[in-house]
Amino acid sequence: MELRGKLLDVSGLKVSFYTYRGVIKALDGVELWMDSGERLGVVGETGCGKSVTSLAVMRLIEQPGEIQAGKVIFNGKSLLELSEEEMNGVRGIEMSMIFQEPRSSLNPVMKVGYQIGEAIAKSKKMPIKKTYPEVREILKLVGLDPERVMNSYPHELSGGMSQRVMIGMGLATHPKLLIADEPTSALDVTIQAQILELLDELARKMGNAVMLITHDMGVVAEFCDKVMVMYAGNSVEYASTFELFERPLHPYTGGLLLAVPRVGRTDELKAIKGTVPDLVDPPSGCRFHPRCPRVMEICKENRPPLLQVEPGHFVACYLYGNKGEVKENA
Amino acid sequence: MPDTLIKIENLKTYFPVKKSIFSKKLFVRAVDDVTMEIPRGSTFAVVGESGSGKTTLARSVLRLIEPTSGKIFFDGSEILKLKGKDLLDVRRKMQIVFQDPYNSLHPRKLIKNIIGEGMKIHFKITESEIKDKISAVLKEVGLRDEHMFRYPHEFSGGQRQRIAFARAIVLKPKFIVLDEPTSALDVSVQAMVLKMLKDIRSQEGLTYMFITHNLSLVDYIADRVAVMYVGEVVEMGEKNTVFNHPSHPYTDLLMASNPIPDPKFQREKRLLKGEIPSSINPPSGCRFHNRCPHADQKCASQAPELSEHKPGHFVRCHYPL
Repeated sequence: MELRGKLLDVSGLKVSFYTYRGVIKALDGVELWMDSGERLGVVGETGCGKSVTSLAVMRLIEQPGEIQAGKVIFNGKSLLELSEEEMNGVRGIEMSMIFQEPRSSLNPVMKVGYQIGEAIAKSKKMPIKKTYPEVREILKLVGLDPERVMNSYPHELSGGMSQRVMIGMGLATHPKLLIADEPTSALDVTIQAQILELLDELARKMGNAVMLITHDMGVVAEFCDKVMVMYAGNSVEYASTFELFERPLHPYTGGLLLAVPRVGRTDELKAIKGTVPDLVDPPSGCRFHPRCPRVMEICKENRPPLLQVEPGHFVACYLYGNKGEVKENA
Repeated sequence: MPDTLIKIENLKTYFPVKKSIFSKKLFVRAVDDVTMEIPRGSTFAVVGESGSGKTTLARSVLRLIEPTSGKIFFDGSEILKLKGKDLLDVRRKMQIVFQDPYNSLHPRKLIKNIIGEGMKIHFKITESEIKDKISAVLKEVGLRDEHMFRYPHEFSGGQRQRIAFARAIVLKPKFIVLDEPTSALDVSVQAMVLKMLKDIRSQEGLTYMFITHNLSLVDYIADRVAVMYVGEVVEMGEKNTVFNHPSHPYTDLLMASNPIPDPKFQREKRLLKGEIPSSINPPSGCRFHNRCPHADQKCASQAPELSEHKPGHFVRCHYPL
């Protein structure tokens, strides 16, 4: 079996949520891959499944959700086949995660030093008290004053400081992959810039890969090497950041880029007509076809596979259907 | 002399905070001595980070929060002194669209009642006239007649924001405060809503105060901009002047922190250190001095005034860039 990514290779991932409204097919064949030390941006709008993808990779999908199909190969291990106990040895140790709302991710009644210590204690199997010297080092590394923060409770920290603590906690065990789910969306732009800089600096120092989940194209452009664009539970386009912004191939990616306002841009913004589909009853064929300006007959019936149409540039769209060669992964 | 619709003079809005009964009275100085003029028919953007006082300013201007002191003139009349019928009349002319369209529409009212309620209060008109107006305004914001008989939960975020906007413009106001109207929306939807706002402004000759934390939006929609920091306006002027030549160090660093959606654009890394101070006990002197790369002794002790750096370009800094 040939893997597209040496560190992480997700293929055919399907996740559904069983609700009173019906079955929500949140992920329907997601493809995703990463090399060691790489920064992958996973972008898309509300409901495209970017957060669910990250939770599924960590095997954190809870009832009423269920991983129904797919493979997640991380660091040589097939994660979906591991026992819960084996998974505990991966989760938080080889792979960790930080979330959008740093304040609600920290335990409000435990001191910050203790919370970071817990992660180290678990991975090194030692008492929490003995991890404190290391915790101090980590706090320094993320730009906080250990004397002030060690014995603070989360409510005594600002949003930016809490996110620094979360990053410290995530990287305390020297994981190979840090998944950051909208890590700066709740923060102000000046604090966002500080946090992105910190993630960048630490990734260089520690050599971990970062999967950055975001809806902000600006953040992607500044931080990521590679980008996977998602739409309604599908992976629709993958390329290097430069290539993707320069020559977006999928009509959705193109539309998304034209809709983004930026400083220095005063021409009319171009909106994508229509709205994101309801995943209880997703459109047939390509899920983007009802909104696509270049829709063809085949799009309404068949789902285009994610194909490599140029070296390193993958797209799931019949506009490029004939040129693509299927990259086998089974 | 440009025709001014809104004139704000030395506006202060303070909120008392309770400490212990022994400590002296403390205040959150949410809006602290703000003076600005909004020309008729323009879009005036107010930019700032959380806690800068931009939303409190907007609500004070509409008297949704009673300001502590200062003067606000709307079309020449001082609205803080208005009462009764005069106030009601001004209220009709000044409308607001809130940030979160999921909380700003009554969940158990039909769209026609949400939009029509204001007309029943302000106009003496019959039910059928109301219905005609609702149907016209729905069309204007890009919705259809049949949407009148639906409830808010049946609409997407972008559609709800259109309804909130329809509710505002149906009263034929002159001035609308848009408080982060698109920050709860996805970019592809945001683009449509912004375009609608821009089109309707020019059709109806409206004046907007556009509150946002997103500098990229300002460049798209605004004519003039005021940058706020801890309750004060630190820089104000024509959008192009402020964006091309940011003269307050805060504006400069704020612009440098704004991510640019273009990987070719390699900008110099300039970070704004530290965090936003509390507006209960703001730093002495210039409120930005403890984070400013150019600050010296004078900045720490003496508060700078908002002064005209160049014609029409106001900066609150001892050493403008």
